[in-house]
Amino acid sequence: MADKTAMGMLVDYDYCTGCHSCEVSCKERFDLEEDEWGIKLADNGPWRYSETDWEWNHVPIPAEHCDFCKDRIAAGKKALCEQHCQALVITVGPLDELAKKMTKKKMVLFNETNDEPRKKAVY
Amino acid sequence: MSNWKWQEGDYTVVRTCAWSPPGEHPVGWGLRLYYKDDVLHHVEGDPTNPITQGRVSIKFLELPAYNNSPERVIYPMKRDPKYRGDNSKWERISWDEAYDMIESETRRIQKEYGPESIMTFIGTGRDVWHTVPKITFSAFESPNFNYPHNGWSCYGPRSSICVYVLGAGYPELDYATEFPELRYDDPNYVLPKCALIIGKDPLVSNPDGLFGHALVDMMKRGTELIVVDPRATWLATRAKYFLQLRPGTDAALYLAMCHVIISEDLYDHEFCDNWVYGFKEFAERCAEYPPSLASSITGVPEQLIIDAARYWATEKPGSMTWGLAVDEKVNGIQTAHLVLLMCAITGNLDVPGGVLLGGSDREAPTSWWGWEELDDDIKAKRLGAAEYPCVSTACSTTQCDIAMDAIRTDKPYPIKMTFTMSSNPIACPSADPQMVDAAMHRPDFNVFADLTMTPSCASYGDLFLPVASTGEKDGLVATHYGALTLFVAACVKGNQVGECKSDDEIMLDLGWRLNPSKFPWKDLYEFLTWELNGYGIEGTWEELRDSELGFVTPPYEFEKYAYGLQTWNGEPGFGTQSGMVEAYCQRFADWGDDPMPYYEEPPYSPVSTPDLAEKYPFVLTTGARSWSYFHSEQRHIKRLRDLDPWPTVEMNPADLKRLGLVDGDWVYLENMFGKCRQKVRATPIIKEGTLMAKHGWWYPEKGPDDTGHGSYGVFDANINQLVPHGLYGKMGFGSPFKCMICSVTKAEGGPDFEEGWPAKAWDKTPAYLER
Repeated sequence: MADKTAMGMLVDYDYCTGCHSCEVSCKERFDLEEDEWGIKLADNGPWRYSETDWEWNHVPIPAEHCDFCKDRIAAGKKALCEQHCQALVITVGPLDELAKKMTKKKMVLFNETNDEPRKKAVY
Repeated sequence: MSNWKWQEGDYTVVRTCAWSPPGEHPVGWGLRLYYKDDVLHHVEGDPTNPITQGRVSIKFLELPAYNNSPERVIYPMKRDPKYRGDNSKWERISWDEAYDMIESETRRIQKEYGPESIMTFIGTGRDVWHTVPKITFSAFESPNFNYPHNGWSCYGPRSSICVYVLGAGYPELDYATEFPELRYDDPNYVLPKCALIIGKDPLVSNPDGLFGHALVDMMKRGTELIVVDPRATWLATRAKYFLQLRPGTDAALYLAMCHVIISEDLYDHEFCDNWVYGFKEFAERCAEYPPSLASSITGVPEQLIIDAARYWATEKPGSMTWGLAVDEKVNGIQTAHLVLLMCAITGNLDVPGGVLLGGSDREAPTSWWGWEELDDDIKAKRLGAAEYPCVSTACSTTQCDIAMDAIRTDKPYPIKMTFTMSSNPIACPSADPQMVDAAMHRPDFNVFADLTMTPSCASYGDLFLPVASTGEKDGLVATHYGALTLFVAACVKGNQVGECKSDDEIMLDLGWRLNPSKFPWKDLYEFLTWELNGYGIEGTWEELRDSELGFVTPPYEFEKYAYGLQTWNGEPGFGTQSGMVEAYCQRFADWGDDPMPYYEEPPYSPVSTPDLAEKYPFVLTTGARSWSYFHSEQRHIKRLRDLDPWPTVEMNPADLKRLGLVDGDWVYLENMFGKCRQKVRATPIIKEGTLMAKHGWWYPEKGPDDTGHGSYGVFDANINQLVPHGLYGKMGFGSPFKCMICSVTKAEGGPDFEEGWPAKAWDKTPAYLER
């Protein structure tokens, strides 16, 4: 956490509806093949604890090649997955600031794994 | 550099609000379209759009693939009618030749048979709900504007009922559209405490102008949900109360909920005393449906019905949004009537944070542009209008089952020409699609205006007019087709693809040729300005496009009934016959039905047809939405197809086990009307004994010629083969698309196992797609 330049992705998965906008945005940006995903939804559920109590959560997981859209952020835009997320559950930004925003249940924080670019963005 | 067009590096960026194509309801997605070398390269959301705020659905993220698809037909073409079904016979022609053909056939048929022998066809959701009626009434001068979804089972019934019992335009959630700057944070906005979600999965479907994820915005701020659905949708799993009913039994549920609200004295006395006509009789009717009875009919636990009713009546304001599940049943009118009364008796109509209503001056649900100018003797020939005034009073259309009967029987007169704009009847809206396919070969001349070849056009089309997509045309988007105009925005053209023209341009071209006095606009922009002004917005279309947001919100007035804004004469009250909300609707009695809402079993169900149900033991519901597709569209867009590759039928795991099936098996769904093949998807979101089958499926990779299962294999997959033609409610509305019965048997495999599926057929390029 010492690295003040480290980027992160905060996901409020309580409200992720599974709309796929993050996945498809990233596929377009990197022109990915059918089985390649820059970010991908993992699902738990739907299944039931009781008649009325459901488990059904989607969590988007970034790939190792995710560059956190640093070029877009530098240009004053949002990361593409954050921009297009219909439920507004993704925030990309400085890791230390995002850690402070983890104040409610069902949130997850991803940090960078991308030491070197492994996929080239088309735009 | 302008508000709507600018340069970013190599890209020319055009700001637009999207309606369609591709099909989408008038959500008005705020988009930035990035063009490189005059080709649409990629799409980003427009963060300045007050509603969508930069968010984009995957349907519009794939707009470049859709617009630039090699499957697009981008030049007009014709086929000799004797070669219908042979898709090697299409010939490219000019627009002039295409219009010449339409003009000469129109004149011939008008002269030999009368203009009523020309019928237009429309589809759902597209931005042609003013365009097609205007073409019908003013260009062809025919009274027959047809939406080929049996019993008009989408939007029309709900909207019409609003007219008859409220005198109002379409009801909708209060999602802070009236405060475009600060939205939910505006100090004058009142957040609904409770939202009733009825037969609708708005996150996926974005219906009729509602941006579905606004509900998630509201849930984050504290709105609780009551969800009524046969499936545990994502919203249902997060609802305060989820009422998982047997498909088709809604009316019994709402009668019981109203009974709880009235008998426990939880209703709004002031509103009911002043503004509800027939309240006492309604209370008596509801008393016939105690929660115990409703529970046995619907399968919803009795206590849950009581708890949900109490919650709805006490957690105010409560808002509501309803889906086409309300319409797609024979008992649909009564269901819609009850939903509106549930909102009315709790005092939730047109209050801040309650149920928004369109004013009395709003057309609902279809445009009447050009109708008044028809001669009375022509008006009198509208098919099904005299038989079903409940349909023809509020809607400018035919009653579609009767319209189709005219095509197949020549009675009361023959239909010699059809003009189809944004509809694919044999793949999507029509019940008994094989009958429809055969019938549609009877007219002499069938014109289609579309973007790709479809099963319908491949089978019986004679002329193809290529239509411009989003980003290729200038136009307007208005929520709810103008019936509840929460905002109006400009759709803006960024490039020209082939020789495609927008639907509006085609309308004007046809009008100027066929009947110019009824098309007084000198160009498209004069027309768009006229349309914009009709929504109550001043200024020109160009001024709207050039404005800071390209988006405008008409002022919204709450409690219009209290201030004389919900009536035609300026008197307080509602624009109905009684001037009140009509629990007792005399018009329904005049039209041969019960003036008050009631419950009726679906025509085919384990209760109403127990003998048939032994053979067809599952309750079949259809039409669940996909993130990838708008109805029958987009099966040819690879990234969308990858996410949702096959038609699926959702089945409870216990049913699979009992039948010896496993997830992913191909099965035949079959009943006394027909069969189709879909792929089983095991899921606990549906109850044992109920199935949800996908609709609108065909296989672009199969190719346009019929090789055994209809054009593009449409009859392999089309679930509407299990739904009968000509079965609808007493007043002409509502066919049982959502509540049929069927059996399930394992198929030897699916279409993907057959030779040529799918890889080989993708490679075959019909000559008309050569660039």
